[in-house]
Order: sequence, then C-alpha cells, then structure tokens
Amino acid sequence: MKILVCISNVPDTTTKITFTNDNTKFNDNGVQFIINPYDEIALARAIEIAEANSGEVTVIHVGEASSEPTIRKALAIGAHKAIRINATPKDAHFVSTQIANYIKSNSFDLILTGKESIDYNGSLVAGMVGELLNIPSVAAIKKLDVDNNQATVEREIEGGKEIITIPLPFIAGAAEGVAEPKIPNMRGIMSARTKPLEIIEAVSDNTQTVILKYETPAPRGTVKLIDAGEAEKLVAILHNEAKVI
Amino acid sequence: MSVLIYIESSDNKLKKSAYELASYAKTIAEKLNTSVTAVAIGDVDRSELESLGKYGVSKAIYVSGEKLKNFVNQAYASIIAELSKETQANVVVLSNSLSGKGLAPRVAVKLNAGIVDGAIDLPDINDNKFVVKKTAFSNKAFAYVEVESDKKVISLNPNSYQVIEKPENITIEEYTPEIKDTDLRTVVKEIAKATNKVSLADADIVVSAGRGLKGPENWAMVEELANLLGAATACSKPVSDAGWRPHSEHVGQTGLAISPNLYIAIGISGAIQHLAGVSSSKTIVVINKDPEAPFFKVADYGIVGDAFEIVPKIIEEVKSLKANS
Ligand SMILES: Cc1cc2nc3c(=O)[nH]c(=O)nc-3n(C[C@H](O)[C@H](O)[C@H](O)COP(=O)(O)OP(=O)(O)OC[C@H]3O[C@@H](n4cnc5c(N)ncnc54)[C@H](O)[C@@H]3O)c2cc1C
Ligand SMILES: Nc1ncnc2c1ncn2[C@@H]1O[C@H](COP(=O)(O)O)[C@@H](O)[C@H]1O
Repeated sequence: MKILVCISNVPDTTTKITFTNDNTKFNDNGVQFIINPYDEIALARAIEIAEANSGEVTVIHVGEASSEPTIRKALAIGAHKAIRINATPKDAHFVSTQIANYIKSNSFDLILTGKESIDYNGSLVAGMVGELLNIPSVAAIKKLDVDNNQATVEREIEGGKEIITIPLPFIAGAAEGVAEPKIPNMRGIMSARTKPLEIIEAVSDNTQTVILKYETPAPRGTVKLIDAGEAEKLVAILHNEAKVI
Repeated sequence: MSVLIYIESSDNKLKKSAYELASYAKTIAEKLNTSVTAVAIGDVDRSELESLGKYGVSKAIYVSGEKLKNFVNQAYASIIAELSKETQANVVVLSNSLSGKGLAPRVAVKLNAGIVDGAIDLPDINDNKFVVKKTAFSNKAFAYVEVESDKKVISLNPNSYQVIEKPENITIEEYTPEIKDTDLRTVVKEIAKATNKVSLADADIVVSAGRGLKGPENWAMVEELANLLGAATACSKPVSDAGWRPHSEHVGQTGLAISPNLYIAIGISGAIQHLAGVSSSKTIVVINKDPEAPFFKVADYGIVGDAFEIVPKIIEEVKSLKANS
C-alpha cells in the first residue's frame, strides 16, 4: 500500500502573529516553524496503516528549501521518503495543482492531508486535489480504517457524526481523533538524515487569488469584572446590557 | 449573470446559515445588478424554500432524488457547479460549515474559480477588483484576499453576517440531475445524531469548561446552564484528551473554531491555542479563580472566583429570568 501525506510548514502554535512591509507580509523573524499539527496526525495514522499493510509512506511538501527541517522531522517520525516541490506555495490552487500532478505520475492508494493549515486556514487542498484527480474527498475525518480496497471513515456533522465507506484511492483531511501524533525517537532522527528527499521543480499554474494585506484584530475593551459575591448580576447584564440571552 | 447560493437543511428545515447566505448574496447581487438563486439538495419543506423570498432570493432550485438523501460530497459538488453554469453565476456562495468545507474547493476547481474560504464580510467590489476579508492564522489575524479569476467562490463563516429582510417574489423550480456513478463512490452507512442537543458549530451561545472543573463528574452544572440558555457545550483540549468530554466538544486551534454571540468559559486558563478558536465570539464571559488567568485579557465580562460556587448562582438567576419572561 502506497500512502502520500501532504505536509505544510506553519508557525508554531504559540507564535505572536505580526506583519511587516505595511502589513503585507507575515513577520517570520524569530518564528519557529513546525509541521502543521493536523498533518502530524495524518502522518501518524499513515505510518500505522503502512505498518499493518506492509506499505510505504511518502510525504510531499510544496515549498522552499527553508522548510527542509520540517520535512526531515516528518522523516524522523517515520515517513519512508519525502518529496519537495520547489516553489513558493502561492495559493491553495497552486499547491493542489503541484500535488495532483505528482500523484498522476506516481499512483497512491491513499492520500492524506490535515483538515486545515493553521496559518491560512483554507481547508481547501484535500477537496481541490480530489477534484483535480476525480477521486473522492472528505474534508475532515475523525477516524480512518482501511480494509483491503475499502476504507471506513468517520466525519463530524452538525450535532453528530456520519460513518462513510469509500473505495481506495481517495483523499481526506485528518482531524483530531484519527491518531495520536508520534514523537520521533533517536533512531528515527538518525535515519532521517539518510532517507531520500527528492526535489522536483514545479509545474506552471496561474494563481487565482492573492493576499493584498493583513490586519490583526482590534484589542477588546478591558474586561468588566463582576464581584463573585454578586455573581448572579451577570445574568441581568447579559440580558439587558449585552443583550445576548 | 447571477449570484448563486447553496443552502443547507436538516430535518427538512433550512439552517440559520441559509438566511445569512441569502442576505449576504442579496447585497452582492444588488451591487452587481443581478439576482440571487438558491440551490437546496435533499429533503426540505417547500414552505422553507418560500421563506427565502423574504431575504432577497428570487429563485430557489430544489434538487432531490433517492441518491441525494444523504450528503455525497462529489455528487453535490457536481450539481452545484452545473447549476452555477446554467444560471451563469459569477459568484457562488456556500456556508463554511462542516459540509461546505468539502464542497467549496471542488466547486471552485470545477468552475475554474478563485476561492475565499472562511469569509467574514462582504466583498469589496471596486475598479474591477474583488476583495474579501477572511480570518487567518487561526483567528489571530485577518487577510484581505483578492480574487483574480472571473468566477468567484466564497465560503462564508456561520454567524458572521446579519440576516436582513429584503422581500422578493420567489419562484421555486425542481431540478432532476443526471448523477454519474463516479460521483457516488462514497456511501453514508450510518448517521449518529445526539438528539435534542444544540450543535456546537452553529450555536448562538456556548458554555465551555476546562480543567478547572477537576473531573467529568462535575459537568452536570455546565450542561444544566447550557440547557437553560439553549446553548451548546464545549471544552478545552486537555479535557477531551483526558476523555472527560467527547472530542467533538474540543474548541481551539486544533479543535473547532467557533464564533457564537456568547461564549462562557468556566475554569479555562485562556491559552493562546484555546483563544485561537473562540476569540471571534461576540461576547466573552470568563469565570476563573485566578485573577491572572490570561483569558480575562480578552473577556468582556469576568468573575474571579470558584466556579463551583458561581455557576450554581448563575443557574438559579437564569431560572428566575426565564420564569419572569
Ligand atoms: C499544538 C498545540 C495545540 C493546542 N490546541 C489547543 C486547542 O485547540 N484547544 C485548547 O483548549 N487547548 C489547546 N492546546 C492546549 C493549551 O496550550 C492549554 O494547555 C489548554 O488550553 C489548557 O486547558 P485548560 O484551560 O482547560 O486547563 P488549564 O490551563 O489547566 O487551566 C485551568 C484553569 O482553571 C482555573 N481553575 C481551577 N480551579 C478552578 C475553580 N474551582 N473555579 C474556577 N476556575 C478554576 C485555573 O485558574 C486555570 O486558569 C494546544 C496546545 C498545543 C501545544
Ligand atoms: N505547501 C504545502 N505543501 C504540501 N501540503 C500542503 C501545503 N499547504 C497545505 N497542504 C496540505 O493541505 C492541508 C490543508 O491546507 P489548507 O487548505 O491550506 O488549509 C494541510 O493540512 C496540508 O496537509
């Protein structure tokens, strides 16, 4: 079984988000980059499935050389090999086109992404790659089991969940619950250095969107404190002043 | 030319997001001198579709069929794209809901349209520029995205656009699509819905609790308060990791991102990853015994004290408010 996991390189979750160049560019000065947390979940599940089915896990990343530490981390966690498409990830369509193009010439049984990247929060890549390849896609799954050529996945719906069966190959975005992220061990870290990391040039694609500028949310006013001894007053305030209950 | 919206329903009724989409699309349609067409797929009452006329929809297309009773991502995406072409829609708007997230990227690729996911405001349409504001960096920032393609797809965050009445005479059409077998590869085997529970993703009010509540046995008061307020319940990540509450209740950077009108946080410290998922709530109330808890910095109202004393008091007060109204 051949499994492909798409990984993006994102600012660490504790990063204070600021911008430069007149709010047109993310300020990455001093920022620690990590594997997108959902992609770590996808990778962990891919490794488990590969182990059970004598399979192989490839990770793919569309990005510049500066994201190689993130790719090496994925190899240390247990991916067998890595592909970097050498380009700036301009928008979701561009990234999806690169990934779909790679899949066309290297068939996979299962393709996993994260449910969203925590920087641009698109939730787009799984659906776009699915559409470009005309294979099924599920935006966010909470459980994934593979049995021969068929998978059973669980998807969250408003107020409950849905259990779906899908024939391989398909693409899905991993959310919490699919697996516990794996921490690389010493052997993994050592072997990551020698595992293959192939660099491929990008195919051309027109971007369809461009980010013109960023903004950070206006700070909230200061908190209005209510004395614990008069906690019940909160209810009247929410009813009469905030008008939310 | 038209603006097309895909609206969602559950138990034959339209979701609240349907009216938000209608109002949002109507405002865009006015700017572009055109009208709004709504597409509904699956079981929904006719009277519900008619009610969209009040919010500016001129035409509703109702798509049904045995194979479409359950949500099938690919088949639904094909239908939406097909009807977008047929009605010559140049703007297509969907809800950025759990199902909408599956549809929007596929529809965009089919239409060769640029997409803005998680939009939170109207597009700014000027000098042939089409710019949409969306959340980015897990609610820590906003991005203004220009869509350069002719056709545009927008997925609108729930709860981010006001419902506005703008009555139109609505006509309702039925449409029976041809569905390709390749669009029906995914099969829904089972749907498990928690009955009479308010769904977290589109709740107006959310009561949420964290590790400060010590253990799962203490959630009765959280549920009681939520029931009284017609609210959904949520929790912090360590709480669902410990199995005190289901994963589906986990909000934050790695959980669900929500923006209810009211978010009540009980015994949650307000870690940056938690705030990422809730900070766009309109009103935030924090109950925490530690006055230094970071959550107070983003709260509108706060009570410093022991949740086990405060929450029961609030419950009693809500009861008497309900009794008197
Ligand atoms: C990659 C990554 C992703 C993460 N994603 C998320 C996420 O999506 N969502 C999330 O929630 N967290 C997330 N976290 C975890 C986050 O960093 C915090 O650890 C977590 O939010 C803390 O949960 P908590 O507030 O319930 O617990 P704590 O931080 O332990 O806070 C408990 C609070 O309860 C208060 N308290 C204690 N007793 C009482 C009482 N009797 N009455 C009133 N108050 C009381 C305490 O003062 C304290 O402030 C993530 C972390 C990482 C590293
Ligand atoms: N530059 C990239 N290279 C490889 N995979 C990516 C890239 N960007 C996003 N992805 C994948 O697509 C998922 C969803 O990203 P997004 O659509 O940006 O929210 C991520 O969790 C990754 O799995």
